[in-house]
Amino acid sequence: MTAAADDMTAGSTGRTRASIFARSSAYLQAAPLAIILGCFLLLPIVMIAVVSFWDYDFAQMYPDFITLNYAETLGSWVTWKTYLNTLRYAAIVWALTLFIGFWVAYYLAFHIRTTTMQMVLFLVCTVPFLTSNIIRMISWIPVLGRNGLVNSALVGAGIVPAPVEWLLYSDFAVVLAMVHLYTLFMVTPIFNTLMRIDRSLVEAARDAGATSWQILWNVIIPLAKPGMAIGTIFVVTLVMADFSTVQVMSGGQSASVALMMKNQMSLLQYPAAAANAVVLLVLVLLMVAGILRIVDIRKEL
Amino acid sequence: MSHEKRSLEFWVLSAFFVLFVLFLYGPLSAIVILSFQGENGGLTFPLNGLSLHWFANLFERQAVGDFGGSFRRSFLLGAMVMIVTVVVSLLAGLAFRRRFLGATALFYLAVASLVVPSIIISLGIGVLFQQIGLRPSWYGSAFGAHLTWTLPFGVLIMFAVFNRFSPSYEEAARDLGASSWQTFAHVLLPMIAPSLIGVGLFGFTLSYDEFARTLMTAGTFNTLPLEIYGMTTNVTTPVLYALGTVTTLFSFLVIAATLGIIVWLGRRRTRG
Repeated sequence: MTAAADDMTAGSTGRTRASIFARSSAYLQAAPLAIILGCFLLLPIVMIAVVSFWDYDFAQMYPDFITLNYAETLGSWVTWKTYLNTLRYAAIVWALTLFIGFWVAYYLAFHIRTTTMQMVLFLVCTVPFLTSNIIRMISWIPVLGRNGLVNSALVGAGIVPAPVEWLLYSDFAVVLAMVHLYTLFMVTPIFNTLMRIDRSLVEAARDAGATSWQILWNVIIPLAKPGMAIGTIFVVTLVMADFSTVQVMSGGQSASVALMMKNQMSLLQYPAAAANAVVLLVLVLLMVAGILRIVDIRKEL
Repeated sequence: MSHEKRSLEFWVLSAFFVLFVLFLYGPLSAIVILSFQGENGGLTFPLNGLSLHWFANLFERQAVGDFGGSFRRSFLLGAMVMIVTVVVSLLAGLAFRRRFLGATALFYLAVASLVVPSIIISLGIGVLFQQIGLRPSWYGSAFGAHLTWTLPFGVLIMFAVFNRFSPSYEEAARDLGASSWQTFAHVLLPMIAPSLIGVGLFGFTLSYDEFARTLMTAGTFNTLPLEIYGMTTNVTTPVLYALGTVTTLFSFLVIAATLGIIVWLGRRRTRG
């Protein structure tokens, strides 16, 4: 925001006219974004909040003001179990992606010496994330399946007598696929903050006699926290919103909140799905608000 | 940087990194290999002969739904999303360089767009269109739904770019008598062009692969990811892998072309 402040004071001649023009042009420039997000983000969310109080039957919704949808959602034991299960996925995937993401980012930022090599290796990590999520999920089937690569290898080597059944269509498969899909969202922000750490701090710590473990623990990790926080926002919100990975990788045996919503939607129970959506949205926004108290995103960009 | 001998830490982390890359690419290569499965082969190894049977199968219209049509729709939608994302993000990035009323609110609205679960946006737009009496379509409701996912990325990238962009270049141009349009077109735009191309790549690939946001908003005609998702439940032949190979190859081509353009722009700038 300092750039903006400089701009305001640096204007030379015709200061007032120019600044009025600049001011209105800022509004014009921001308008398309505001209009698109207003129409396709704010309005739909308002609509969901409204519809969550409506009545419905097998065919139609009826404008009303009932709290039955919330009562049914929050009063059901299944809902609570599903929320707990989703939070469990979020916690496990968060821990794993944070661990993997930090070490990968740390390796790229501190152990690769040339910028070109850094960029090449970073791209190698990035490319799979720009391809289809569903294809990347499916690609685990020939690896983890009953007759898949892992099982063939294990049976062939005589480690297990019969194929391991829990590799595919299980919670294990769901978590593995989510880590596979979402780790980059942790690597990128952490890599970004690590690259901005002043290297002389590390030198100073070393001159002062710190071991490399102490440097890592007392200098680098504290400075990497904003990147970890941003990565956490991405990973947690993606896992909380996930239904396709849970559906495909658990073979329909596990549930997540979004999957529950999707099933309600396919039964045309929109008000019930809407009530669920409001609860999920409040939960996710509270989590993000909590993380944003630790980090100022605008400073980190 | 340091020139001392490589430590143990380096070798341990190198091994970890190699494992990570194998983890990323291993399964993908498995389905690429399996898509060349022989005619009588199944969904898993071993290969039962080699053939292009499943690729041929893919292009027969009846075999697996409407692959050609859904690909065309996804491609067009991706292109539309890309153009709008680049233009709107650039404009918003320029706006955020100045102070204006509601700047903070708009910024956090963009962040919110990133964190709101995609299925909620899908449901909301679906119900909204239904209530206004508009017919959902891939070029209308799904287009808007995709923009709520690509625009925040574009805006955050532009925000980061302009945070590092010194206004002295523009001041110099202005002092030399350039109009504000000339300053924009000849000074600012060439300097941020690589970032804009990056935003375009994000816009295209995120839309081309987007699934959850299209679920309730695509209307009558499926996009490619919806088509593939449908196939995961009812197709039990390697034609699924052939489709995966083809779309992944296409994504790789798009990425390679984009990187090519960025490198070419960089060379041209340093030369000229």
